[in-house]
Amino acid sequence: MSAISHEPQAGGFRLSQLIYDTRYRSLTIQVVALILLVLGLSWLVSNTVQNLEALGKDFDFGFLTQPAGYDINQRLIEYDSQMSHGRAALVGILNTLLVALLGCAAATILGVFFGVLRLSKNWLVARLAAVYVEGFRNVPLLLWIIAIFAIMAEGMPQPRDFREGGGASMLVGDSVAVTNRGIYIPNVVFTRSLGGNEVVAPEPEEPDDAGTTGVASGTYGGSRIATGGAGVSTGQDDQDAADARNAQSAAGEDDAAEGEIVPSSSALDWLVVLGLLVLGIIAARMVTAWAKRKQEATGKRPRTLWINLALILVAPAIALFLLGAQFDYPVLGGFNFDGGVHLRNSLIALWFALSLYTGAFVAEIVRGGILAISKGQSEAAFALGLRPNRTMRLIILPQALRVIIPPLISQYLNLTKNSSLAIAVGYMDARSTLGGITINQTGRELEGMLLLGLFYLVLSLVISSLMNVYNNSVKLKER
Amino acid sequence: MSDTHAQTQPFVRGEMLPESEPPLAEKGAVKWLRENLFSGWLNILLTVVSLYVIWVVLSTVVPWTVLGIWDADSLTGCREIRDARYGEGMEVACWAVIADRWQQLLFGFYPRDLYARPVLALLVFFAGIAPVLFTGLPRKLLWGSLAAPFVMYWLLWGGSIWGPIVVALGLAVGALAFQVGNRAQGALLGGILAIVVPILYWLFLAGPLIRALASVLPIGIEFVPSDDFGGFMLSFIIGIAGITLSLPLGILLALGRQSDLFIINKVSVAFIEIIRGVPLIVWLFTASLLLNYFLPPGTNFDLMLRVIIMVTFFASAYIAEVVRGGLAALPKGQYEAGDALGLDYAKSMRLIILPQALKIAIPGIVNTFIGLFKDTTLVVFIGLLDPIGLSNSIRATTDWNGIYWELFVFIGILFFICCYSMGRYSLALERKLTRENR
Repeated sequence: MSAISHEPQAGGFRLSQLIYDTRYRSLTIQVVALILLVLGLSWLVSNTVQNLEALGKDFDFGFLTQPAGYDINQRLIEYDSQMSHGRAALVGILNTLLVALLGCAAATILGVFFGVLRLSKNWLVARLAAVYVEGFRNVPLLLWIIAIFAIMAEGMPQPRDFREGGGASMLVGDSVAVTNRGIYIPNVVFTRSLGGNEVVAPEPEEPDDAGTTGVASGTYGGSRIATGGAGVSTGQDDQDAADARNAQSAAGEDDAAEGEIVPSSSALDWLVVLGLLVLGIIAARMVTAWAKRKQEATGKRPRTLWINLALILVAPAIALFLLGAQFDYPVLGGFNFDGGVHLRNSLIALWFALSLYTGAFVAEIVRGGILAISKGQSEAAFALGLRPNRTMRLIILPQALRVIIPPLISQYLNLTKNSSLAIAVGYMDARSTLGGITINQTGRELEGMLLLGLFYLVLSLVISSLMNVYNNSVKLKER
Repeated sequence: MSDTHAQTQPFVRGEMLPESEPPLAEKGAVKWLRENLFSGWLNILLTVVSLYVIWVVLSTVVPWTVLGIWDADSLTGCREIRDARYGEGMEVACWAVIADRWQQLLFGFYPRDLYARPVLALLVFFAGIAPVLFTGLPRKLLWGSLAAPFVMYWLLWGGSIWGPIVVALGLAVGALAFQVGNRAQGALLGGILAIVVPILYWLFLAGPLIRALASVLPIGIEFVPSDDFGGFMLSFIIGIAGITLSLPLGILLALGRQSDLFIINKVSVAFIEIIRGVPLIVWLFTASLLLNYFLPPGTNFDLMLRVIIMVTFFASAYIAEVVRGGLAALPKGQYEAGDALGLDYAKSMRLIILPQALKIAIPGIVNTFIGLFKDTTLVVFIGLLDPIGLSNSIRATTDWNGIYWELFVFIGILFFICCYSMGRYSLALERKLTRENR
């Protein structure tokens, strides 16, 4: 009736309005909060400055250019102990990214597999999948990492057992060896590597140049993950002195065709192959888009399967052939295996544990996503005459993905952050190099931890923003 | 056309036939088996494969577990007994290590004659949490929940009884200050006083008061330093403290992130994103290596307390995101309804928004708690003796050198029980709180 009995007093601003008038109150609160925040931060900073002075330290990132002086047993780029702390940090960062990438891929596969199995109509299979999910979800990741490391280190045969009558044998046609020092798998090497091949012929051509590139290529690129170098803290790895060249010459003898060109691999080779693969995939997608346009125009869909397969596979295959690709199999040498790729126990344990653990969470996400699609959708698809596999592919999955992707992103982030548990098995990731040995050697805790935190923060933000872009593209478009 | 029908003999049954049994394949166990295990080729294949997997796992694990040896005093002793009992080459568990060291795995290096105290503290915890979890209990018991943390602290660390009592009095002082301020100038002054007065009390008055009371009337029990804490007790303490402290902090952060106030919003977002973007292990190292840099020179406080603070911050950032999801899921009409009723911000949050938002957020919150409890194992890396740290030190002794699985299984099962029951409780709660009928 009388909503406003009297006009607000004009002109006269009283101090109490700062608190009681909603027009000013939010401002007051914010100013107070800002003052408190600035006070708190300056208190922290002044404490830090005082403490640093008391310890006689300064705040300086110069240590990154000083020589590191420690070895890293697994490296994706060239590194030795004479290089700088910054380079060591980079090696560690790449190792973190490697295990995160491998882990995300494996966790997705495991998660989809078990998520679908848990929905199976087969009672036994659904129960088994539930046991997997609950078992891995409810036990700390750290326990799984050290348990798998223990399985690898204690339960697997020693390399000497692979000799005649030793009781152990290699898998997959004598190409994979599972030992207590890690897993050896074949490597792909090139006889006409773009990075140049070392030649151990009677008449070496340009020995200097070829020599350096040969070593460089030996330690490069996803292909040869671990070659030589003294183990720093990986319990099991009392280092075999199998360096790259040794392995390559062994493989060269195997080849036995000429015994002159030592096959090797370089970044360039893989870049070419992968680049062609990506180009092929893009071309295949364009063909699919053309097929879709044609289908919408004429109602007939051209067959694209073989064209697409050819587009994707032929070019990389030709490139591999031209580069002279061949397998470099691990061979039992003196006390250990030579050649191939050596996946260390630390990598295996971390990778398997991270993927199994995160896979259990992904399985639940996948199950929830599929269950979230109402039954009417599949009934509608059947009513339209779609077969079950098409129903899944065209109706259920696109909608389920929309539910699945956001939590999946956060699981990827968790996996990446959990990879810092590498400390449990001595895997040389960013925390072990930048946040571990470097800090211990230089005494720069503040700077080191700051950089480490920054690395993880940037990594998280990058992954989540990339995934958000993708998420937005599959999101339900509403008004 | 119709002739054909006209010539057929009509037949109408006059009486009902008795019900006949369903065919054998359509009832009971046979039907269940047919439908669930053998309904098609793929299903039969899956069943066979699953049975094989189960057989392989059980045929290894069951004999290993059941035939395990309990009465030995070292791993070599275990092996001798095994060889004598089952012949060589048989792998069985050596549970003797658990029988020998279970106290250590549970309590760390807590004095042996005082084991009753942590157990009692756990019971106090359950008594305190019961009125919170089960709404059927009388509401007056919540006062007991308020007192429980202080009682638990006193039971665990011991020392003079006056410390916890005087600190707890701070809460009463705060309540009193709120009443006084409220009556004098309204809720705003009351709120400010309720925060400022207890802090001043704790900073300046509590210390002398404790000393004075302790010198006048020395009542207390034996003091146990934090260094002696270990095993599952340590995991429980860190986990429970982190859980209870991170929930309110997380809710505040979520409200801050939803807030229109620019500075509060940005501070909350920055806090949440920075904490969430960095792994817990890095925060723990920060706590152990760097916290002394940020505090006034000369301060040095308990490593365990630092860990609890870091774990709390970490979990609260995650809870903030979960609660924010709950807040975002509420229809806008709920906020508007609160405003339309004339409720101020605090009341509309407390009475309308948060009860609904938290209900939506329960599964996420419990998942965060489960994650926090599992993450307590990470403290092993900064030198605290959690179960995994103790398993390492047990393995380092000459008696039990080389023993892995028995310890892993024991630790894993205890963690599994705790986390699984938390998960089940959240499912039950979710089902109870669901209002719509589906």
